[in-house]
Amino acid sequence: MYVRYLEEASRVSGSGHRSEPTRGAALTRRQFLELTTLAGSGLTLGVLLPGCGSAGPGGGTAAGPAAPLEMPFLRIAPDNTVTVIAKHLEAGQGVWTGLPAIVAEELDASWQQMRVESAPAKAPLYQNNAFVPLGVHAQFTGGSTAIANSWQQLRTAGATARAMLVAAAAQQWGVPTAEVTVSEGVVAHAPSGRKASLGELAGSAAQQPVPANVTLKEPGSFRIIGREKLPRLDARAKSTGTQQYAIDVRLPGMMTAVIARPPRFGGKVKSFDAAKAKAVAGVVDVVEIPRGVAVVARDMWSAKKGREALSVDWDESGAEKRGTTQLMKEYRALARGKQALTVAQAGDADGALTHAVHRVSGEFEFPYLAHAPMEPLTAVCSLGPDKCEIWAGCQMQTPDQAAAAAITGLKPEQVFIYTLAAGGTFGRRATPDSDFVSEVTSIAKATGGKYPVRLIWTREDDITGGRYRPLNYHRVEAGIGKDGKVAWRQRIVGQSIVIGTAFEAVLVKNGIDPNAVGGNAAEEYDLDHVHVSWNAPKVGVPVLWWRSVENTHTAYSKEVLIDELAQAAGEDPVAFRLKLLGKHPRHVGALKLVAEKAGWDQPFPKEKGRGRGVAVHESFGTVVAQVAEVTVKGDSITVDRVVCAVDCGIAVTPDVVKAQMQSAIAFGLSAALLGKITLTDGHVDQTNFHQYQVLRLPDMPRAVEVYIVPSSNPPSGVGEPGTPPIAPAVANAVRAATGVRLHTLPFDLAAARRANA
Amino acid sequence: MSIKLTVNGESRELDVDPDMPLLWAIRDHLELSGTKFGCGMALCGACTVHIDGQPTRSCVTPVSAVAGKSVTTIEGLATPAGQAVQKAWIALDVPQCGYCQSGQIMSAAALLGANPQPSDADIDAAMSGNICRCGTYVRIRAAIHEAAAALGAPKPAGS
Repeated sequence: MYVRYLEEASRVSGSGHRSEPTRGAALTRRQFLELTTLAGSGLTLGVLLPGCGSAGPGGGTAAGPAAPLEMPFLRIAPDNTVTVIAKHLEAGQGVWTGLPAIVAEELDASWQQMRVESAPAKAPLYQNNAFVPLGVHAQFTGGSTAIANSWQQLRTAGATARAMLVAAAAQQWGVPTAEVTVSEGVVAHAPSGRKASLGELAGSAAQQPVPANVTLKEPGSFRIIGREKLPRLDARAKSTGTQQYAIDVRLPGMMTAVIARPPRFGGKVKSFDAAKAKAVAGVVDVVEIPRGVAVVARDMWSAKKGREALSVDWDESGAEKRGTTQLMKEYRALARGKQALTVAQAGDADGALTHAVHRVSGEFEFPYLAHAPMEPLTAVCSLGPDKCEIWAGCQMQTPDQAAAAAITGLKPEQVFIYTLAAGGTFGRRATPDSDFVSEVTSIAKATGGKYPVRLIWTREDDITGGRYRPLNYHRVEAGIGKDGKVAWRQRIVGQSIVIGTAFEAVLVKNGIDPNAVGGNAAEEYDLDHVHVSWNAPKVGVPVLWWRSVENTHTAYSKEVLIDELAQAAGEDPVAFRLKLLGKHPRHVGALKLVAEKAGWDQPFPKEKGRGRGVAVHESFGTVVAQVAEVTVKGDSITVDRVVCAVDCGIAVTPDVVKAQMQSAIAFGLSAALLGKITLTDGHVDQTNFHQYQVLRLPDMPRAVEVYIVPSSNPPSGVGEPGTPPIAPAVANAVRAATGVRLHTLPFDLAAARRANA
Repeated sequence: MSIKLTVNGESRELDVDPDMPLLWAIRDHLELSGTKFGCGMALCGACTVHIDGQPTRSCVTPVSAVAGKSVTTIEGLATPAGQAVQKAWIALDVPQCGYCQSGQIMSAAALLGANPQPSDADIDAAMSGNICRCGTYVRIRAAIHEAAAALGAPKPAGS
């Protein structure tokens, strides 16, 4: 199976028509920024570089030579398949369906002829355009940007190819281009009755001049975009066990490695004794790398047994030795101090709160959370003297390429990344230090490239491996004055995700990390008096973006406390929010739609233990509102029904949008009900799914209904924005059912009852 | 020590450590990669195969324990229930990242093989050992009901 990837990769990268800027020097410390900003600007659109088709031996049809039309974002083959070159990682979020849908629409292809494959690692050609305004020219998937940043690019690519196919047909048939139509993958000239498939015309189209300008369709004439049910292109492979992930790659002579990493974050190898590990049958090498000691073996079982037999003496002088109880104690103390960075300020929050007629407050605690994607982190590396090849579910190809180049001493263009489908990521595969890609490259280098090596993280490596959603503490006070104006004061205490990484220069302004404090009440509601501040403690536990990033906690404290404030004022939670959303019409639209679909204006049955709650939040340019209905029995919470309304602009693939909302609701519920990573004396307490509990099928609400707000705005993201509202919606429902305020996650109703008492 | 077993209807011989979990024998030595590694402790179900028709977590089953037995992996799933499940999975676009779905399908096929008319409670019980971090549970439930309907069983009330 690996051969297919080799062939595909070489075919895509070997077209010869996609010139890339040359970079002379290997990258140094500022690898990411230097690479991405020096990478030139010539090919930023990259849609106007067709391949030169030529008739193959014996090729040719009545419609022209049998040759492909190759362009950076699509390839039309003589066999009449249209393959979209996806610059984004497919990790379940549906881009292997959404990106082809955009191309197919403008190309007027039939959905049945669409195929998809991963683009090679090649910036700036395949850069994420969402970050270009920030000066970043990097290929990566994140921030729920895949569809949004590809929208114009792929529409233009599809329309350009279409125009060239039409020109080829007109030329061959000797008819005016204006009389040539394309529909469902068939190019036709009605007056003469001539017809040809896209594949038949591809070779001739490749010889046509590239139009400088193309006209894009009016949204009213879309027939693929917005189609209620467009079958996923990856459903069959993923339902038959044939989808290939990095863990499935097999190369001749390939060895498998696992790594012994420090038991505490920040630890280092002092010394190790490999004798017993090497005595394990199948173990071929034991090598030190910057992250620990790698045991390399003929198969996974031998590698694991080898690691168990390995003896490592760790230097823990620089290791983090605090536990989460201690850390939370320190966070609470920090929140009471005066020193903090001001995130947002308007009016006079202190004064208004002093004179408020209704006032609520809360101390919110959020644990570290592991992403725990179902495919544990895996990467394969084959290293030669002048070439480094990497197979992985890469989320940040450009930084990963730079990292591998720095480790091997090769130039970035000598590093070839073959991006495979990832078995989930939720942010985990996007590490600024390239994490597992660096590790596998280090092992390949340490073993002299004498065999291809596959690195597998065990689940224990994953759960204890850090890069968690940061531990957070919020202290919030909110009030309503005699004049009806709302005041809000909030202190957020939580580690920065980006300070100290290559992303700092791009994202951090005035010392504020938006990935720590974004999505707070000052951004989302019209507040007259507001003060939001932040403390960023230095902790040795590595943290990372976790599906919806800062919104996982900022939306929670905001939506729970605003609900409590509505209750204190004796107002309906939906009506109260609507009054504060005058400057947020899309919030209003989503909130009204969810209220309508949930039957919010109907009285909720007054059964013991039943309640419903609402929450609304914007993240990544998309607004999501959710209503949750719960049943509480004793201290057990059952979520019976979730109604969700989403405004994501034009819904390119509505069923994928719905799937992402269902998925995000499950992911958020998992964190609300179960998710928790704790540390004792610097050691992570959880090791596998028996201790790091995640949502299972019986916990999933029986009814999850998703409604899309009609919109003609360009598409915005859907991978993450469904996550933030679910936990507060459930908390608000539980409060409605029981009167108990849930301010600590994950929910522990018994503990909350004691705290509320 | 050589271990003989049947995999997807074919006789196979494995010359590996008898303690090696069936999962790694299947993946690393028989080169069938549809069965996935998720946890190594029978906690997530990604490695589910059928042994003599019974759904089994291959990650904790030593290869020595399956000597002489018949193993079915996702690649060899050919029962009517299995095919109905796969068809429903595709029709409802159940998979997202897809990594857990081999295990989900093997569990669902075993359920329908034994109980062609499962209630929601039956589905909860049979599928609770299979984790999906993408949260495709809503569609898994719907697809099992659809597969059950396609197999000719009337849909139970309340589903």
